[in-house]
Order: sequence, then structure tokens, then C-alpha cells
Amino acid sequence: MLGYILRRIGMMIPTLIVISMLSFVIIQLPPGDYLTSYAASLRATGDAVDEAELASLRERYGLGQPIYVQYYKWISGIILRGDWGQSMEWRKPVKELIWERMALTVFLSLVAVSVSWFIAIPVGVFSATHQYSIPDYIFSALSFIGAGTPGFMIALVVMLVAMRQLGLNVGGLFSEEYILAPWSWDKFVDMLKHLWIPVIVIAFESTAGSIRTTRANVLDELNKPYVETARAKGVKESKLVWKYPVRVAMNPFFSTVGWTLASLVGGQTLVAVVLGLQTNGPMMLRALRSQDMYLAGSFLFLVSVLTVIGTLISDILLAWIDPRIRMEG
Amino acid sequence: MTTSEPQANELSTGRARVEAQACPPPVDAPEPLEVLATEPVVAQEEERLYVAGQWQLMWWKFRKHKMALVGGIILIVFYFVGAFCEFIAPYDPEAYFIRYKMAPPTPIHIFDTTGKLHAPFIYHRDRSKDLETLRDIYTENPEIMYPVRFFVKGTPYKFWGLWETDIKLFGLAPEIEDQAIFLLGADRMGRDLFSRLCYGARLSLSIGLVGVFLSLALGIVLGGISGYYGGRVDTIIQRVIEFIRTIPTIPLWMALSAALPADWPVIKLYFGITIILSLVGWTGMARVVRGRFLSLRQEDFVLAARLSGSGEFRIIMRHMVPSFLSHIIASLTLSIPGQILGETGLSFLGLGLRAPAISWGVLLQEAQNVRSLILAPWLLYGPAVCVVLTVFAYNFLGDGLRDAADPYAR
Repeated sequence: MLGYILRRIGMMIPTLIVISMLSFVIIQLPPGDYLTSYAASLRATGDAVDEAELASLRERYGLGQPIYVQYYKWISGIILRGDWGQSMEWRKPVKELIWERMALTVFLSLVAVSVSWFIAIPVGVFSATHQYSIPDYIFSALSFIGAGTPGFMIALVVMLVAMRQLGLNVGGLFSEEYILAPWSWDKFVDMLKHLWIPVIVIAFESTAGSIRTTRANVLDELNKPYVETARAKGVKESKLVWKYPVRVAMNPFFSTVGWTLASLVGGQTLVAVVLGLQTNGPMMLRALRSQDMYLAGSFLFLVSVLTVIGTLISDILLAWIDPRIRMEG
Repeated sequence: MTTSEPQANELSTGRARVEAQACPPPVDAPEPLEVLATEPVVAQEEERLYVAGQWQLMWWKFRKHKMALVGGIILIVFYFVGAFCEFIAPYDPEAYFIRYKMAPPTPIHIFDTTGKLHAPFIYHRDRSKDLETLRDIYTENPEIMYPVRFFVKGTPYKFWGLWETDIKLFGLAPEIEDQAIFLLGADRMGRDLFSRLCYGARLSLSIGLVGVFLSLALGIVLGGISGYYGGRVDTIIQRVIEFIRTIPTIPLWMALSAALPADWPVIKLYFGITIILSLVGWTGMARVVRGRFLSLRQEDFVLAARLSGSGEFRIIMRHMVPSFLSHIIASLTLSIPGQILGETGLSFLGLGLRAPAISWGVLLQEAQNVRSLILAPWLLYGPAVCVVLTVFAYNFLGDGLRDAADPYAR
């Protein structure tokens, strides 16, 4: 097992290197750079452009050098000093900006996954044990709707309804007075109060898929001979279902938690933009628009790294559950 | 929204279906239809089944999937609207009516105030201001009726950029100038939302098709090479696919489309977005094709063809491709909604198609401001319903096609 994990981690390293290069290259793709658009916007508003200041900024951010030199500066800073470069728009080091947002993103994804399982597993099991009943059809229809409707649309509708009917402004994760405040207990409580709408919206999409997976997996198990045997021996129906088939059916679920989390981190971007959450999505979008390349690049890189780590966790869990995989790998 | 998720579901539901079908005790003879009928009918049915071609069998099987049929019909209607949007849309999508900024949908009546039945008509609408909220209010004046005319003269346009004409599917008589018919309301510049949706259908629906076509081309070539030759080529291609799948789809799409220059004309932007979408999409297609090649490579008929001296190209095109074509079509259908949603999402963020272009995503972006939505919720509901309906229709159609793709399975 240990050997398997080490091998997997060894395989991660080249992937990570290529991802870091690719993120950097993609971020560099747009013509021009932040300073040219910054200067253009200054000119557009009629402000004076200080050429000397621009030149010194250009020097400081390493713009105008060949791309591999810039990449080397960036990546060596990250590895050696934990320095992710400077955000040009915010005039701050990138690392001061990203960590809180990444943490909130991961936290939100975790909560959303828990909520979605909390709903999906009982519902899925119920649907499977009551196959072709009316509630089963209703749940199936609901999960179809969830799977077909993009999250950002649900978010828009939820916001609209909350505003029209309840007169609530549901955007953001914090009340105004806490947005810039340092972390405290009050701020945390305030966040929990705002959390439910984004969680519902994000969980809605993934719940739909989870219900269908649970239902299919449990159905698979229910037809196996051991269930029949247990029933013949007179085991109570509720125990019969929950003790073995559900547990077996859950295996693929828990082992894919890494993938699920990783895909949620990337997938909630649009919802976060609509709801104005203080997560990485809106900030990355803004950075991409203003060509704030170190900030945008760091986000793209970090989100990809999270996916790689998520895949690693899932692979390890799978191997732990199913010995055939670790022998082969 | 990731590409891997629907596939996982697909697998598991597929498994459930096989399980469900396997449940009834197997009937001894290979009679694929109901055995309840009397003897001669059974014989006839069997006869019909044996002589039917592969596509005929698929059609029979597909027909049984009612939701798939409904999905297919919805899509035909939508694509028809997209193809003939100039004719169906009552107004030019950029024409604005200053008097009708954010006007709610025009009610279409068939009964007048006395309860008498008429051909569809609308009442004269007067605009006034609510002095408290300063909003415009539109009230119907039941004294004046305007019939809705079909095949009416409208503003001249060039149909498909080819013929000059001015016939519209429906509208008000051309001499009525101060009234307008807004099936789904008007936006904040007084443009007709229904007309804009019709024009949006053209871009939004075709982007899915073009994108999937690109993915298919890449997927078949690379997946085919990978599955047919195996060995080192296979390993390399599989590594590349795995790598592309590591990068989260939405952030990758965002970063790539942010790189498209802002001054590109619509048509260039359109193809740029399509290429970005299929850059990720082809990996799924390649996996399907590779899997099929791997399983077919060992089939007897391939061996037979090889022993009879067929060239590789002939074996692939003549024997292998036809036997998995139906599966490819099914998975193609299932991957179109992802591409449509991709375009919608990107345009919604302002990274995809931009304002002079009209797509459902662009319309949604214009509906992004919640404050204006409170005054005009139809701006959100119109495009949202279109997108969701399309996605559903494709999912159901794809489900039906997937079941039909293997007509010999029971």
C-alpha cells in the first residue's frame, strides 16, 4: 500500500510541472499586458501617464522579458520562498489575496458535499427500495431537473425570488461590516447566516447526480443472492437494506469524494460570480479581465493542483477498498 | 458541469437498466417482442424482425422511448426556429421601441370583453407612470383591438443573407405604428425579447453542433489511433487525455476565452469559443471510440476480414466504424448539452460571445442585474427556459438513442 501511494505521488510531480507551465502560458496568451491596458485606461480617463513609473513597474514585475525567464522567476519564487508574485491590480502580494479565498472555496465545497450526501443517500436508498413507486418518479424527475439546470441559473432564480418575495439581499458571504474585518467568532457566525443559499444552490446540482448514482448502486446490490438469503432467514427489512447493500453501494461514493470536491471547486465558479461570494471564482474572473496575470495564473494553478490532489485521494481510497487496483498499479 | 460527471451517471444508470431488464426470467427463443400474442402473429412478428435492417431495428426500439421522442420533437422545433429566425421573429433583434422599455409581455386574447370568440388579437396598450415608484405601467384599453396577422409585411430583411423579403410569420398590420406585440416582453432598451431569443437560438444551438463535430473529428482520429494500435501510442494519448482532464474545465475555459482578443468580429469569436469548448470535449469522445476499438479488435468478424486480406483502412471504415456508429451518435447527442451550457456560461460571464452577437448566454448576461430583474423577471425566465428545455431535450434524446444503439440487446 505504501509503495502504491509513493508511486502515485511520484507520478504527480511531472503532471504538476506541466500544469504550472500551462497555467503560466495560458495566462500570458492575451496580447499586451496589465500595464498597457492600465496605461490605456488612464489615458482614456484623461489622467497623465507617468512613463517613468510605468517603466519601473515593468521592471518590478519582470514584464518584457522572454516568457521562460518570467516563468522561471514565478515558479522558483513559489517553490523556494512561497512567493506567488505581485498582483498588479491590487498592488499586493498574491499570497495575501488568494489563501483566504481558496480556504473559503474549499470550505463551501465541503459543506455542499456533506449537505448533498445527507439528502441524496436516504432519498436514493428510498427510491431504490420503492422502485417505480410515485415518490420514486417524483425524485427521479427532480433529479433530472437538477442535473439539467446549470447552477448559475438556479442561483439567479433563487436571488430573484428572495428579493421579490422576501425582500432579502442574498448576495455575498458576509454582511457589509464584516467583509474587510479580520476573522473573529462574530464574523464566522455571520458567514454561517449567509451560507445557506450558496450551499443549497451548489448542493442542488450535485445532489441530483448523487441520488441517481445511489439508486442505481443500491438496485444493483438488492438483486444479489446474499440479500435473498438474508431475507429468507427472516432478517428485518430495514436492517437488511441498511446493513449490507447500502454499505456496498456507498463504496464508490466515498472513494470518489476527492474528485467530487475538486470538481466542485472549479464548478462553483459561475454560482460564486452570480451570488457575489468571496471565493476564488469572482476574483479570478476579475483578474482574467484586467490581465492581472500572476493573480489569475496562481488561481488557475491552485485549482488544478487541488484536482490533482483530489484525484490522488480518490485513487488511494479506491486502492484501499479494492485490493485488485493496488496490485495492478 | 464537468465532463466526467454525466458519464459516471450514465454508467450507473445504464447498469441499473441492464439489471432491470435481466430481471424477468429469460424467454427461451430469441423473440424480442411480447410473447403474449397468438402463434401466427408471433411468427409474423419474428419474420419482420429477422428481415429488418440494423437501422430499422433501432428506430423500432427508439420509438418506444416516449421521452426521447418528445425531446426529439422539441429539438426539431428549436432548430427550425433557429434556422428561420429572420422569418419567425416579428421584429429586428436590434430594433428598439423607446415607448416600450421593459414592457411586460403583451397578452394575446381570443375572447373579447363580451366573451365572443375572435381570431387572436391584442388590445391597445397605454403607458402611464406610477407616481410613487416612477415605473411605467401598461394598461389595456378594451375599446381598441388589433388582430394578430400572419404572413404580414414587416421591416425588410435579407433571408439567410440571400434574398430580400419583408414577410414575417406574424405581427401587427404595418399601418399600426405606436403599438407592438411582445410575446415575451421587452428589454431595457425596448427590444423584443422573443425576436432576440429566436436569433439567439441560431448561435446557441449551432455552437453545440459545431463544437461536438470538432470534438468528434479529433476524438475519432486520436481515439481510433489509440485503440487500434495500442502500445506506446496508446499510452501517450491516454496520458495527454488524463492531463487535460486534470485541469478543471470551467476555470480552463475561462482562462482560454479571456485570451481571445476583445476586438474580434462575431464570426471569429464564435469559432474561437467553439474550438475552446471542443479542446476539452474531444477527450470524452476519444475515450468512447478507444473503448469501442479495443473491444471490437478481438471480434471474429475483424479477424475474418483480416484473414481475407482486407487492408487496415478498409477494416476500420467498412467493418468496425459501422458497428459502433450508433454508439458514437448516442454519446455525441449526450455531449452536446455540455457544449451549449459551456457557451452559455462563458457568455454569461462576459468571456464568450459579446454584445453585437445574440446568443442565449448573451441574453442571460443582460439579465444579470438583479435589480432590473425585479422589474422585468421575464428577461431571465425567457432565455433560462430555452436553455434548460434544450438541455433536457438533448438528455432524453441521448438516453433514447443510447438504448436504441444496441438493438440486439434486450
